[in-house]
Amino acid sequence: MTDDARTDAPAAPDAAPDLTPADLERFYHYMLLQRLAEERVVKLYQTGMIVGACFTGWGHEAVAVGAAAALGPDDVAATLHRDLGARLVLGMPLGYYFANFLGRTGSPTRGREGNLHIGGLGPRILLHTDFIGGNVPIAAGAALGFTVRQEPRVAMANFGEGTLATGEFHEAVNMAAVLRLPLVLVCWNNQFALSTPLAREVVGPLDVRMAAYGIHACSVDGNDVLAVHRAVREAVDRARSGGGPSFIEGRTMRVRGHSEADDASYVPRPMIEEGRRRDPVERFARHLVEAGVATQARLEEMRAQAMAEVDEAQAWAEASPPPDPSELEHGVYCEATPWP
Amino acid sequence: MTYIEAIADGLRQAMRADASVILFGEDVGVYGGAFKLSKGFIEEFGASRVIDTPICEAAIVGTAVGAALVGLRPVVEMQFADFISNAFTQMVNVAATSSYRAGGCVPMVVRAPCGAGTHGGPFHSQSIEAYFFHTPGLKIVMPSTPADAKGLILGAIADPNPVLYLEHKALYRSQRGPVEDGLAIEPLGRAAVRRPGRDLTVLTYGMMAHRSLEAAERAAADGIEAEVIDLRTLLPLDLDTIAESAARTSRVLIVHEDRLRGGIGAEIAAHLGEHLFTSLDAPISRIGAPDTPVPYAPPLETAYLPSVDRICEGITRLGRW
Repeated sequence: MTDDARTDAPAAPDAAPDLTPADLERFYHYMLLQRLAEERVVKLYQTGMIVGACFTGWGHEAVAVGAAAALGPDDVAATLHRDLGARLVLGMPLGYYFANFLGRTGSPTRGREGNLHIGGLGPRILLHTDFIGGNVPIAAGAALGFTVRQEPRVAMANFGEGTLATGEFHEAVNMAAVLRLPLVLVCWNNQFALSTPLAREVVGPLDVRMAAYGIHACSVDGNDVLAVHRAVREAVDRARSGGGPSFIEGRTMRVRGHSEADDASYVPRPMIEEGRRRDPVERFARHLVEAGVATQARLEEMRAQAMAEVDEAQAWAEASPPPDPSELEHGVYCEATPWP
Repeated sequence: MTYIEAIADGLRQAMRADASVILFGEDVGVYGGAFKLSKGFIEEFGASRVIDTPICEAAIVGTAVGAALVGLRPVVEMQFADFISNAFTQMVNVAATSSYRAGGCVPMVVRAPCGAGTHGGPFHSQSIEAYFFHTPGLKIVMPSTPADAKGLILGAIADPNPVLYLEHKALYRSQRGPVEDGLAIEPLGRAAVRRPGRDLTVLTYGMMAHRSLEAAERAAADGIEAEVIDLRTLLPLDLDTIAESAARTSRVLIVHEDRLRGGIGAEIAAHLGEHLFTSLDAPISRIGAPDTPVPYAPPLETAYLPSVDRICEGITRLGRW
């Protein structure tokens, strides 16, 4: 962990002065939905129903949901392969998640992609780009498009700390800073890029480094959904009002392997144990009860409801047929439409 | 109108017709582009649509993809085609796969001034088409005349897919010709017969289209009539026009400036060998550059490029087969 003293700070009671109890329940709902859906997908992977690789965002539910919930209704996001909660907030049906993992035609990729590599979902989720660093210029380009059209919209990019070692990231951030694009950069610092620890990817505090681009940069507890939400909302407001890009580091911890095929034996056990102790879903549940937003019974009810959504989404995906081999060569190009 | 003026004219017409067409890249705005192609654009269309960027080819192409995904039709410039290697991921892994992965259309044009003959040396003279020809989801065009330069830039902008528009630097001011007014769109995917002939088919594009035509005229003095086809769009190839001509003449010479190994000519030769074997009366022949980087000094650069003499020899040899 970068700094236990900082990351352990509980959400202050005034952390969310203008968030209603309904907002807080909504955050919890999506965090829980991500957790339960990922538990299910891991089971499907372990029983051989999912082929290829299996990645989750386990332990990152707060940064996923807190950041995406800070976007306005016309804002867009460039996604990360672990940000299921963000996609759900932005309107992706949960059925797509299961259909994509299962290689079914119900997913927008129709089985041409796996995992959470889904995108181009309506106006809010940009086409997923799986190359580390590759989605940051895409988000900057959406922000450029909004600027050209003088639309008050914001683009967000989700990425991990290892991305700060890539060239495309720095090219895009520099360009966004120079052009003052409405871009919000949300860095999920989960301490490991596959097996490589943060210290072997980047030297020094991430927010200090990013402030050197001449943009606003800060670091928050990425396991605290309210802290993430507050920081990202400030960044979104700044971007929308012409203040240019911002960088938010959400400090979190990858408590599972890089993929489900990775046992993470290279991660010091205390780091994982500490990460589990700070589990964002359980932590937010405690906060809701302590703050009097929800009773334990209400949380149980919400859990049952989320579980029902997971069951329904999985059943929907399983009812969707696998792609026919005759589809193999379809869709390589988009069909021409009249222009201008 | 010159070739470079024709590209600019097409681009200007597109920007006048559709506010979603924007131009960005290194030095394209205030300076008007390294080759002055976009001179006057920032004055006409403003700095919000003609955007100077930092030196960042990957981010230039990546932001074009992002802008295209939210509904714009960006045209970006690689200052030299050679620099596109910096943007390979965005071209090949991102833009090209977007439609197949999830039906994401990326109507983006990447303009790339390419080719040798201007003493640019290894970093400013390359032919880059073969690197991208292997990539499904991209389209590649390369005009040789001013009319096509304009028609194909408009065709590229009109196309809903990512298009690599290769403009040959040596043709910029050496080629002059008539150009249609207005939005004279040339749809992608159609080759053009530049010179009809009965004895053999010469398949070529770019600067080599001109050298091949000159060589064909010279061979005609010896009684050999070569049909010269300018491919114009390299991906997808106009295989119908190619096959029709090859079946009729029964002899094929492929001429390109790019290296032979793994080049576009190799693919055409393989295709014709597989599908037209019984129609051919001579081995398919190829003329192209050797397996070296592009050299700088005039004696080396001249030796590197296929010459009219070499092409004429190739035409004559095949014509007499």
